[in-house]
Parts: sequence; C-alpha cells; structure tokens
Amino acid sequence: MTQTAMNTAGMAEKISIRNLKFFYGDNLALKTINLPLFEKKVTAFIGPSGCGKSTLLRVLNRMYDLYPRQRAEGEVIFDGKNVLDPDQDRNMLRARVGMVFQKPTPFPMSIYDNIAFGIRLYENISRSEMDGRVEAALTRGALWNEVKDKLHTSGLSLSGGQQQRLCIARTIAVRPEVVLFDEPCSALDPISTAKIEELIDELTTDYTIAIVTHNMQQAARVSDYTAFMYLGELIEFDETTKIFTAPSDKRTQDYITGRFG
Amino acid sequence: MSEHIVSKYDEELNDVARRIAEMGGMAERLVDVAVSALMRVDAETARTVIADDKKLDVLQRECEERAIMIIARRQPMAMDLREVIAAQRIASDLERIGDLAKNIAKRVIALDGHIQSKRFNTGVEHMAQLSLAQLKDVLDSYATRDVDQAYQVWKRDEEIDAMYTSLFRELLTYMMEDPRNITFCTHLLFCAKNIERIGDHATNIAETVYYVVTGQVLAEDRPKQDESSTTAVAYEKN
Repeated sequence: MTQTAMNTAGMAEKISIRNLKFFYGDNLALKTINLPLFEKKVTAFIGPSGCGKSTLLRVLNRMYDLYPRQRAEGEVIFDGKNVLDPDQDRNMLRARVGMVFQKPTPFPMSIYDNIAFGIRLYENISRSEMDGRVEAALTRGALWNEVKDKLHTSGLSLSGGQQQRLCIARTIAVRPEVVLFDEPCSALDPISTAKIEELIDELTTDYTIAIVTHNMQQAARVSDYTAFMYLGELIEFDETTKIFTAPSDKRTQDYITGRFG
Repeated sequence: MSEHIVSKYDEELNDVARRIAEMGGMAERLVDVAVSALMRVDAETARTVIADDKKLDVLQRECEERAIMIIARRQPMAMDLREVIAAQRIASDLERIGDLAKNIAKRVIALDGHIQSKRFNTGVEHMAQLSLAQLKDVLDSYATRDVDQAYQVWKRDEEIDAMYTSLFRELLTYMMEDPRNITFCTHLLFCAKNIERIGDHATNIAETVYYVVTGQVLAEDRPKQDESSTTAVAYEKN
C-alpha cells in the first residue's frame, strides 16, 4: 500500500484494522488490510464495484456474522478490544458501531417508535425521558422540524431523503461512537444528498465516521481521510486533500480521474 | 498517460493544452517583434504588436472559458485538476507577457524619430534574448512535461535580474553624461523593466509546470538578483 508521511501526531485511532482478511467461503475478498480510523474524523472508502469496501465496512460491526460461510481473520481493535473475538457481544458492538444503509430502511412503525425502538432495547427510561431522547435524535438527524407535528404517522410515509435521515437519527439515538455509512446517498436526489452531507459534517463533532461511496466528489467533500481499494487490497490511504489533488499510486490516479478501463 | 473512459474529456483537455501552445507561440512572437521594433525605433512595426496583443487577449478568454467548462462538466480530479488549473494560470501569465510586449511597443511609438546611438541598445537586446530563451524553454517544458527543464528556467531567472541591475546603472551613467540622453534612456529603462517582468512570468509558468507534473509546489526561495530598487549611482560634478 502507498502511504505518504501523514501528520497524524495527536490523532487517536478509534478503530485499528490489522492484517484483516475476509473470506466468502473459500474466496478471499479482503487481502491483509491495515488501516486506522481516526477518532471524530470521516474516513471514506472508494474503489470500483467488488473491490471490498462494503465488505470492510460490514466487518467493523460484524454484520457478516448474519451470513453463513463468511469469516474474518486478523484484528479490528476498537478501544483496545478485538471485535473479531468470538466472545464479543455483537448486539452491544452494533449499538456502539451504528450503520446506515444504501436504501432507507425505516421500520414499519411510527416515526416516534422508529427512534424509540432501539433505545428500548438497551435502556429502560421513563416516557418523558424517552420523548426527550426522540426529539434530540431527530434534531441531530436534521429531521425534527419536518416531523415534529406528525411523530405518530408511519416512518414509511416520509420521502426517501427524510427516511434516510430518520435512519441516521435512529442510529445515533442509541448513542454509538462510530457510524458506518454504506452509500447513504446513492438512492437520493441532490438536495437530500446535500442535507445528508451537511449532517455527516455535523456528526463529526461527536462520532467517528466511515463512509463507502461511489461518488468521488462526495468522498472529496465529506471526508478527512480516504482509502482507495481495488480487488480486495488497500491500494492507498491518505489525507483526502492529497488523494484528490496528487495521489501517490497510479491506480488511484487512474480510478479517480476516470481512466480505469 | 492512459486515456479517459469518456473520450470527449480527453478531447477537451487536449484542446485547452493546444490553445496554451498557440498562445505561447503568439506571446513569444510579440516579445520578439516588440524588441526588434525598439532596437530600430520602428513605430510601424510597434503598431502591429499593439494590434496582435488583442488577439492574445481573445485567446486567453477562450482558454479560460474552456477550462471553466471542464470544471463545471467533468469535476476534474488529481492530475486532470492540476492540468486545468495550470492552463488557466499559464494563459494569464502569457496574456500578461503580451501586455508587457505591448507596453514596449507603446514606448517605441513615443520614441519615434529619436534615433540614438546603438551603444545604448546592447544591454536591452541581450536581456531580451535571455528572456525570450527562458520563455521558449518554459513553453517547451510545458509541452513535454519536462520538470527538470522547468526547474532550470526557474533557477536561471536570476541572470536576467542581475542583468537588469547592471543595465540600470549603465543607463543612469549615460543620462548623467548628457541630459539629452534622458528621454531615450528613461524609455529604454522602462522597456528593460518590462523585459525583466517577462522573465518573471516565465518563472511563474515554470512553477506551474512543476506543480502539474509533481503535484507539489516549488517551495524553496528563488535566488534574487534584482537590486535596482536599492541601487544608486553617485553624481560627480565636473
């Protein structure tokens, strides 16, 4: 992997990915990945389809455990503990490492319950306290003003962009430390996309964020660090400004300038 | 470099580069003609420089518009981004070089009829040759993306600066020798300053070429030899 001398002094690694390999059955999908996710920074994963970026994201909260014949080797150190350890409490991990998917996936219940559902799983709080948490999450998700008068209508009645913000609000309602975004805007129009990007920017005050995106300009806009992956390998990891103005590896250059054949 | 998946993108980038080359050739010619008009105090030739400079301005605007269109349409990244930004910078340097040639031409028209001793010209002519060589080299380095050649141009500018300082002293001496030389020598001095500025624009272009190729900014301090602003020649009473 290419990596120039980055100034990472004083930067805490929230998650450290070390010698990570991932298998779909016998198929090696990630080939020895080493990568830090810096605390309260946005790291973007870019690369052509099938390069392993979504797979990498799914390892971070052990989403792959839901599927048979998928396994990971190596270490993903999250606050000093390897999340790949068999004794890792997966539900607790997923509360601390939230995830937002490509297509908005609100639960078929009211807007209020979409938010409250996750909180109830982990905490037993009073009705008034819950009201406060729901409002806080929806405010943080930049959705409160649009839904405050219809909290008890179905989450599915919202527009696509609103649904996606509802999912983000639902994710942060359980107070995670890391939020993973898997192409969060690819099904949204430009205005909704801009709102999500604005939201990601605001979330960095409290959360460590990893985002997979096919939109290069989006990666350039929202992230602090960018990892370029190709055929299951991490090709280059650097500061986003460096990657998009003067990348070190020719493959990175070819991909981001639209020369990949 | 391999080609873009979208071939129209390559065409657009090549088109901008071709226009820069055309502007470069035109700027070189303007400087060359302006200096030779100065050497002969030939107002007729000087007027053609003023007319041709307008064409260079038009080319610069076209170049800029195309670069803006590429940014708007393609959102260039990495080397493509550097390429487009560089084209804009170089086009504006070349446009300025045209203006400086035009300034020389205007002074030639003002001097019309003041035929003076050839000895005054030697220094300016020599400076002009050096500036033109710098301009030619830096345009070559842009065309071939030769970062070493660009670096050499960048380093060599101090020769022009040093020459300008000594020419400044020389012309002051002529003026002190005989007040009738003052008009011609003052105009000549301004022309020399214009030529020195042309050299500076050549070094700007050299820096831009360096940036296009390496993605890095030439950070070290360029050696400076222009001391004319702190130079004086003592007046001795006879």
